[in-house]
Amino acid sequence: MPSVNFALPRFSRRCFPVWQRNAQVWIKLSGPSLVGNFGEPLLYLLALGYGLGGFIGEVDGLPYIVFLSTGIICSSAMNTATFECLYSAYTRMKVQETWAAMMAAPLSLDDIVLGEVLWAGTKSFISAAAILLVASLLGLVHGWQALGVLPMAFLLGCCFGAMALVVTAISPSYDFFLYYFTLVITPMFLLSGVFFPLESVPVWVQSGIQLLPLYHIVELVRPLMTGRPLDGVILHLLVPIAYGLAAIWLALALLRRRLLI
Amino acid sequence: MTDFVVSARQLRKVYGGQAVVDGVDLNIESGQCFGLLGPNGAGKTTTLRMLLGLTPPDGGELDVLGYEIPRQARQMHTRMGLVPQADNLDPDFSVSQNLRTYARYFGISKAVFEQRLPQLLAFASLEHKADASIGTLSGGMQRRLTMARALVNDPEMVVLDEPTTGLDPQARQLIWHRLRELLVQGKSLLLTTHYMDEAERLCDRLAIMDHGRILVEGSPAELIRQHIEPQVIEVYGPGVERWGADLGRNLVQRLEQVGETLFCYADDEAAALASLCQCPQLQFIHRRANLEDVFLKLTGKELRDA
Repeated sequence: MPSVNFALPRFSRRCFPVWQRNAQVWIKLSGPSLVGNFGEPLLYLLALGYGLGGFIGEVDGLPYIVFLSTGIICSSAMNTATFECLYSAYTRMKVQETWAAMMAAPLSLDDIVLGEVLWAGTKSFISAAAILLVASLLGLVHGWQALGVLPMAFLLGCCFGAMALVVTAISPSYDFFLYYFTLVITPMFLLSGVFFPLESVPVWVQSGIQLLPLYHIVELVRPLMTGRPLDGVILHLLVPIAYGLAAIWLALALLRRRLLI
Repeated sequence: MTDFVVSARQLRKVYGGQAVVDGVDLNIESGQCFGLLGPNGAGKTTTLRMLLGLTPPDGGELDVLGYEIPRQARQMHTRMGLVPQADNLDPDFSVSQNLRTYARYFGISKAVFEQRLPQLLAFASLEHKADASIGTLSGGMQRRLTMARALVNDPEMVVLDEPTTGLDPQARQLIWHRLRELLVQGKSLLLTTHYMDEAERLCDRLAIMDHGRILVEGSPAELIRQHIEPQVIEVYGPGVERWGADLGRNLVQRLEQVGETLFCYADDEAAALASLCQCPQLQFIHRRANLEDVFLKLTGKELRDA
């Protein structure tokens, strides 16, 4: 096993062509992607929000569909970035060798990692914009400050994109990703206050969830969409930023070990 | 002073305690086509990866295009082009989009690129396919596009890892023709290949590697002259062993049995040919010694499944 080079990332503007390449592929294939961005959250809102919501009534002082839409926008952003930096990034790394082609040009692995992370953030931004549009058409959004959700989605996407790259860096195949979904993403998806308030689960679960990034973004997005006052903004921003930076650093070290040997 | 595009001294790479590249010295002159040959597992790919700055050496010094590698690999890449072993074109883009995207990795401006695009398409003989998607291109077309892509930055040196592997004879001929054009333009080429005819035809100089070391280095003609008798007769058919033991042995300098074929190496082939004409059951081919004979003599004839 070669030793791991934990040198700090050296970022440059050269990450931009990496981002741009992914963006152009997305534009070419945007049809199915947009259907997914609009369709899936819309189904959740209809089925759970209206369907289940009729039985539930109000949650946390909000109609259930409003409560749910503020959560779904975050979990969709998380899933979008995660899929992008697992399956798509793995394809670019291993199958298409897109990264190898980039590294023969004057792009370093550092540029590639940052470009991929920023692209994951952008995809989450697109996903959140689609849901925000649907939610506002359904009358679930309170005021213009809801646009503040978009930068939150970008941050969340960068954070989860970087975390997914860590998994991609050590993954021998696509199948390996199931561990990450089952052990990390699904618990966060179900327990971070997307479907019900965090206070409903045992205290030890609450403490665990508060150590993870999704919960904190939900805590910011919910007041932004419903017009409630924001609380604890610094902490809620710092946790996903810390996760994102740590994951970029770790992903880069692991990718160096995998690709630059 | 001679201008070297690559100069490596005592280059070394160790994987799991085993030296895969073990003290390689390499000087490649500017404007030449240099070939790196060797059986599978000889250390060619690792050497190439080190030259490209993609694998950090465990020892030795390495300069490529005047840059210290791997420290200055990024600057070196701006003046180098790579044609990798497996085409890694972007399958979601058209021919010209592939070139455009790659040019952006080099920070080449749109104006400069659009000016260069017709030449790149002409080089790849893909003028009529500019908007075609990659999936519709044949293997030869994809390889030509990969070569054109390696030229987007008008590099001083082009590195080609097995450029014609898997291509049909027509496609190979065109690639050879294009590589000659690059040499005429004054570019330096470094290539690896398993085809000895390709190396003999294209390379000004070449090195044969095995077990992580360079065995010999020189021009193809020099290597053939130094290492092998000039005439070769390949003999096969029933009773070939008997002929070799009873007669052939005394008529040529060297005999070697590989599979069912007896290779006879001679300075003067006349006596052996006369004897073979008396043995109607034996088939034989007489030819001049070539690089493949040198390669097999130096690296052995057994299979390499490393």
